[in-house]
Amino acid sequence: MPAPDSIELADQAARWRSAYVHIPFCRRRCPYCDFAVVAPGDPHTDDPADLTKRYLAALHTEIDTQPAWEPLDAVNLGGGTPSSIGAAAIGEVIEHLDSRFGIALGAEVSIEANPEDVTADLVEGLLAAGVNRVSIGVQSFDDEVLRFLGRAHTSLEAAAALEMCVPHFACGVDLIFGAPGESLESWRSTVATALAAFPQHLSAYALTVETGTELWQAVRKGAAAPDPDDQADKYELLQAAAGAANLVQYEVSNYARPGFSCRYNLSTWGQGEYLGFGLGAHGHRAGVRSRNVRSVLAYLKALESGHLPEAGRETTAEPEVERLMLGIRRSCGVDLGEWEDAAARHAGLQRLVAAGVIEMARGRLRVLRPLLADDVAATVLSLSR
Amino acid sequence: MTEPARIRNFCIIAHIDHGKSTLADRLLEATGAIDARNMRAQMLDTMDLERERGITIKANSVSIRYTPPGGQEHLLNLIDTPGHVDFSYEVSRSLAACEGALLLVDASQGIEAQTLANAYLAIESGLEIIPVINKIDLPAADPVRVAKELAGILGGSPDDIIAVSAKTGAGIAEMLDAIVEKLPPPEGDPEAPLRALVFDSYYDTYRGVVCHVRVVDGELETGDELRFMATSMLADADEIGVHLPASRVVKKLHNGEVGFLITGIKEIDLIRVGDTVTSAANGANRALPGYNEPKPMVYSGIFPIDGDDFERLRDALERLRLNDSSLMYRAETSRALGFGFRVGFLGLLHMEIVRERLEREYDLDLVTTAPSVQYEASTSDGRILKVSSPQDLPDRAVLESIAEPFVKVMIITPSEYVGTVMELVQQRRGEMGEMTYLSPTRVELHYQIPLGEIVYDFFDQLKSRTKGYASMDYEPAGYRTSELVRVDVLLNDVAVDAFSTIVHRDKAYSYGRQMATRLRGLIPRQLFDVPIQAAIGGRIIARETIKAKRKDVTAKCYGGDITRKRKLLERQKEGKKRMKMVGAVEVPQEAFVSALRIDE
Ligand SMILES: Nc1nc2c(ncn2[C@@H]2O[C@H](COP(=O)(O)OP(=O)(O)O)[C@@H](O)[C@H]2O)c(=O)[nH]1
Ligand code: SF4
Ligand SMILES: [Mg+2]
Repeated sequence: MPAPDSIELADQAARWRSAYVHIPFCRRRCPYCDFAVVAPGDPHTDDPADLTKRYLAALHTEIDTQPAWEPLDAVNLGGGTPSSIGAAAIGEVIEHLDSRFGIALGAEVSIEANPEDVTADLVEGLLAAGVNRVSIGVQSFDDEVLRFLGRAHTSLEAAAALEMCVPHFACGVDLIFGAPGESLESWRSTVATALAAFPQHLSAYALTVETGTELWQAVRKGAAAPDPDDQADKYELLQAAAGAANLVQYEVSNYARPGFSCRYNLSTWGQGEYLGFGLGAHGHRAGVRSRNVRSVLAYLKALESGHLPEAGRETTAEPEVERLMLGIRRSCGVDLGEWEDAAARHAGLQRLVAAGVIEMARGRLRVLRPLLADDVAATVLSLSR
Repeated sequence: MTEPARIRNFCIIAHIDHGKSTLADRLLEATGAIDARNMRAQMLDTMDLERERGITIKANSVSIRYTPPGGQEHLLNLIDTPGHVDFSYEVSRSLAACEGALLLVDASQGIEAQTLANAYLAIESGLEIIPVINKIDLPAADPVRVAKELAGILGGSPDDIIAVSAKTGAGIAEMLDAIVEKLPPPEGDPEAPLRALVFDSYYDTYRGVVCHVRVVDGELETGDELRFMATSMLADADEIGVHLPASRVVKKLHNGEVGFLITGIKEIDLIRVGDTVTSAANGANRALPGYNEPKPMVYSGIFPIDGDDFERLRDALERLRLNDSSLMYRAETSRALGFGFRVGFLGLLHMEIVRERLEREYDLDLVTTAPSVQYEASTSDGRILKVSSPQDLPDRAVLESIAEPFVKVMIITPSEYVGTVMELVQQRRGEMGEMTYLSPTRVELHYQIPLGEIVYDFFDQLKSRTKGYASMDYEPAGYRTSELVRVDVLLNDVAVDAFSTIVHRDKAYSYGRQMATRLRGLIPRQLFDVPIQAAIGGRIIARETIKAKRKDVTAKCYGGDITRKRKLLERQKEGKKRMKMVGAVEVPQEAFVSALRIDE
């Protein structure tokens, strides 16, 4: 079984075919979230059951519009909150994908779930639907922090959800660190609690202030913003703790036990191809990146009147540069290929080597300090021209 | 041809925003030079930048045919002049081509500093002046008060002053008649050898240098062999024409007339504005009185971010200079910034405009260092060196003294702000001169201030402290020895010459401190700790540290949105490209200018 951070696995992942399905419904909109989300209080949400019904119908229509493809190696239901629509609806989506494209033997079938939705019934239903991987949006085990993040669950609910999922799925814990007011101690104990649940996978993202969100508004009006140094401390704390717990870091924000790295994730950073279904979903096929509309009404209208819900598409400019830009996110780095000589001569990359941020050896570029990955990516982009 | 008796050459002089460009538009319209359909606002402001900023930078000329009621057709040559203090040099150039001037004053504002400064210039040049009050349509207009102010300065009766609205067109006909009646026709000898004044020039990609000329004596004919008297250069009159305002080719320009001349000369610097054109054979033997050579007031280093762009920068400067003979430059080498140029400007606006044009029209990424004035350094061996770049200051061991340029500053302000203005001037080491009441509520103040103290932000400060009511103008007033020292800045233990500045000893300490703090805010965190130090002659007076950057990575890319991720990274890459490597430190362009902009 290849290690999560092995080159072999990364190369394999680049050839996998995936499908991403977006389920936009959330109980409420978290103040930092800029995903395509439909939450109570939004326009046209007075009859949520009906909206969900129409959405799912449109989603199925959209799946039928996509030309046939080879069997999928990974299916990922993200959101929003996919768990909110219940196991039966999830099962129907998976089944439809299977009948339309086929789902390969041993494929990854994953969903994101919020702790408050996880019940014994849901677990059973998901297993029956063929789901084999669940990522739980724990975010933190500190109720203060959860309140700041505007989450609908408590730390106890999160712990219970993990306890239910770990035995049955490849189970991932999703965490957010570095919210203003979160102490280093709080984070340390969140990490410890998460690791004690013995998850197969762990993702941790630094809280980011995205333009247009409630958090952004507050920060603009003077509220405390996340501190990058504090986030760096917390990132390093997690790296050490996860390593000690035998979770292997295979990407900037992702850790896994051998055999449990996330295919969909590796495929994204390996420049792999994927279909995107649903609100605001993105697809990548045959060198074209496409994206769907983000307004639910526009999405419904398009599909209900026999149109594609596409908002735009671009042919990838300089795909080889993009490959590098994406590949460096992985612990195993990226094959420099035709860029090897240019990279060796590139002043910016040489500075990064000198500062110990990257390593270039045996034709590969590896980021040694993933906290600076964007600096590296921006420098790599300047290899072109 | 139009006989000289029916020609009027005039310009409009005014304080900025008093409506000169708008009035020019009305004149063009009223005389049918262009019909209302083809009218664009501010017809004479051709450069994109002029339109965008709503200011006139270059002088332009246009010929208008006008027949007064019951009279004969006249040819009115209007020469537009810039209204900004930086460009008084261009004003004096245009004045030399005219016999008269309209002195335009906003009826709601009254006389301002540049109104006066330009009026004095016009009087010195012997021009006939017609005072005109503009914007009488404004509710706040007070033409009676403004007429009194004008009469107080120019003499005559307030009742005779013409009042117009360049917006509505009111009074324009009366003004046109006054131009014909009151302004003298050009003098000059039609039989004498040709003498034509080059009062402006611009570069045209297809036709080479186009000169604006005013024929004073004789006539200029297509095909003539010509001599430029200052340079003794020979050329042919390939094409002659007039701007109506669309250019129209003519065969000849006679004495008194204004038009353009194309000689096929494409070379940089070969044609000097202010030069006299005469015939190659049997030409005049005395050139027309040239006007003052423009003197740069401020200097700044201009360096390409990418060292490979040096040649392109040289090329661009050469081209700009074709349109702008006031632009002076020489190559300069900076240890920190590499190869570039030290450029002399007429003032800060001029500097900003040149920089913007270089970046926009020539697509260059540039670092502009903080503006400096030209000092005179006396050395122990009795030499006096001109120092327009702090890095050129001689070593302290041989440096005897430093003299700095002073300027005479005229400020006009409502009397309630006199105290505020004095306070500002004192902070800038200024000395009080005369104070005159223009009216019970408006005061004309005179000061002597070191030029170095006003180049950064004096004008902005003056405006903000007087709620925008004060105006100013200045002119050189010689050099004086002052207690000046050079403050150096070390970045990562290496002295960065581009950050060195010459300041008064009393201000050096706080300046150094401010500089270090400010740079800490301006320079982004790097891959390692970067110490910043300010020093006077090796003695450290301030120290700050930019802590190493630890985190530069964004969260997951949502739902596979690689396109957005790439866009953000491309932007970050562009940002990096616009940084200048100083040693191992990436310094953003803005740091070079902003760091030296000192607040009170
Ligand atoms: N109300 C009014 N506004 C005017 C008049 N003349 C000019 N303006 C406005 O005053 C501003 C400055 O005019 P402009 O011609 O650019 O002034 P310049 O800087 O002297 O060339 C512009 O917004 C004009 O529209 C006028 O007679 N009446
Ligand atoms: S639950 Fe997730 S998708 Fe929904 S609003 Fe919160 S952060 Fe956004
Ligand atoms: Mg103007």
